[in-house]
Amino acid sequence: MIQLDEKKGGTRRGQLWQDEFSVFMERERFVGRRQLIKFLTLTSLGMFAGNVWILIRSWLHRDQTYPRLEIARAGEIPVGGVKLFRYPAANDQCLLIRTGEDDYVAYSQKCTHLSCAVYYSREDNQLICPCHNGRFSIRDGAVIQGPPTRALPHVVMERQGQELIAIGMSGKLEG
Amino acid sequence: MRRKTALDGIAALVVLLLIVQVWVLSATLDAFLAGHHDAALPGAITSGILFAATAGLYWFVHRINRAG
Repeated sequence: MIQLDEKKGGTRRGQLWQDEFSVFMERERFVGRRQLIKFLTLTSLGMFAGNVWILIRSWLHRDQTYPRLEIARAGEIPVGGVKLFRYPAANDQCLLIRTGEDDYVAYSQKCTHLSCAVYYSREDNQLICPCHNGRFSIRDGAVIQGPPTRALPHVVMERQGQELIAIGMSGKLEG
Repeated sequence: MRRKTALDGIAALVVLLLIVQVWVLSATLDAFLAGHHDAALPGAITSGILFAATAGLYWFVHRINRAG
């Protein structure tokens, strides 16, 4: 039963939801142009709020600092070998790969598609995600094939004597 | 009749602005998730301008309502 609202000039109006989703079709009140434009304006406000949220998160992220962490000693792993380590947090698994006599690269082990653990394939010289066969370049972590759209985050390292030290990350770590 | 046409035109324009705003939001979010934070500020400014335009059109509709 639709309640009459006396304040609205005695017109046959109840709650808005009762009007729009009325039990009886003849009592249904369809959304007019003005109401549609009002709804679209509120949607626009919502999207603007989303953009502002991204901006705030970006500003907060900009101040993020990474710890210095010794991850291996040069010569500790053979050429083509892999060492697992955790960086920057204890639950962020990464891969250190020795690609040449004096060449080392390190990437996050989480696939940028659905966070499966990637592994290094020596035969293909690529990082492969076994879940959906995503493949990443060993050179820069770029996507070669498969569903991932973003490159693997790269661990920035520096060498101090025989020590390989992680000093930062480039790219976004998957949650 | 003219008012109805004006309302139709405004609704079409608002929808058009909204489509652009959806694209701006998705592009900014994609860049943010990829670790590129430089797109956030231009994205927010563009989205703000588009919202201002949409709000301006709504205000115009409101004014037409009151006028008539």
